[in-house]
Amino acid sequence: MNPKRRNRLLIIALVVAGVGTAVALALVALNENINLFYSPTQVVRGEVPQGHNFRIGGLVREGSVRRDGQGLQVSFDVTDGPHNVTVEYTGILPDLFREGQGIVAQGRLAANGRFTADQVLAKHDENYMPPEVAEALMKAEQEGALPNPHSPQ
Amino acid sequence: MWAWLHRQGSPKRFYNWSGTLARWAGWGSLLLGVAGLYYALFASPPDYQQGESVRIMYVHVPAAWLSMFIYMNIAAASLVSLVWRIKVADMFAAASAPIGAWFTFLALATGSLWGKPMWGTWWIWDARLTSELILLFLYLGYIGLLAAIEERETAARAAAVLALVGVVNIPIIHYSVEWWSTLHQGATVTKFDKPSIDWTMLRPLLLMAFSATLFYVAVALRLARTELLRRERESQWVRELIDGRQGGGRR
Repeated sequence: MNPKRRNRLLIIALVVAGVGTAVALALVALNENINLFYSPTQVVRGEVPQGHNFRIGGLVREGSVRRDGQGLQVSFDVTDGPHNVTVEYTGILPDLFREGQGIVAQGRLAANGRFTADQVLAKHDENYMPPEVAEALMKAEQEGALPNPHSPQ
Repeated sequence: MWAWLHRQGSPKRFYNWSGTLARWAGWGSLLLGVAGLYYALFASPPDYQQGESVRIMYVHVPAAWLSMFIYMNIAAASLVSLVWRIKVADMFAAASAPIGAWFTFLALATGSLWGKPMWGTWWIWDARLTSELILLFLYLGYIGLLAAIEERETAARAAAVLALVGVVNIPIIHYSVEWWSTLHQGATVTKFDKPSIDWTMLRPLLLMAFSATLFYVAVALRLARTELLRRERESQWVRELIDGRQGGGRR
């Protein structure tokens, strides 16, 4: 490679590396703000903004969903394994909402430690399969052949 | 090897081989696309959780892959153009940009249509969605910069620098779902693990992705060829080409 081209290549590499470093530093500094939600553990430890709206994310704990009669009021626990936070919500839940499902709720922490949500969004995971396969997997799991990927550790 | 590659980048040679490649890529894209659509719409099962709306994936995911793949192509062509000063690389990068911008728009639009029924929202400022939106702005900035500067060499050089700096965004898009907590789920296919998708659903996805890639190759090469003829219209080989056509021969 002739020296002229090598110099140009070197300059480009330096510019891209420089910009990359700058962006990486900015992203690390903004890390807290880029994360979409806080985990229940962070909420329990008090690492969340007090008196402000924020988002909480985790799995809906199995058996924790309680609906209030005929109304739209619902409460459920969001868990990340070691810790739970109870979420109260009034409104229509997304189709994917169910026990064991990942969700993100936006709202604020009430004085009693419960989370009052004004929006609940469902997360879906990266697994895609036809219903028959899901059924077969569930059966195998019940017979103890496979570990449950959704069970909290 | 390098000398041979360098020769293929000369305008006349490029014009000759790109025509054949564009034609094959076009037919390949059509065939794979028809097969992909058949599998996507008729011969693949609904998802165990998302039901029929999982079929949006067969457009959304190829569009998102292509939006990043085309950007990498533009960046690579820009590097070649800046370092080796090969004119054809310039034209290929410029021809790729509008296609990439449209695929980015398609990924965002189909993602929005998918997000509403599944997540419960059209849009959320999570890291994946935001970085993909920045990619769209990078494309628009690149196209705008090319169009704004009158002098062609300067325009190409400025746009190439922008394209190379913007490369920083590509790993951010890809790893956004791992580095930060997002509403968007993690990678299904492009990870080191085994893809966590059933083969009956992976098949239409891959067919559609290859079809979209070949579509890009076919259209980008055609756009680059047109631009090449326009710029080289005074040169000997283009005159000969046109004379040959007007003489009634099929080249």
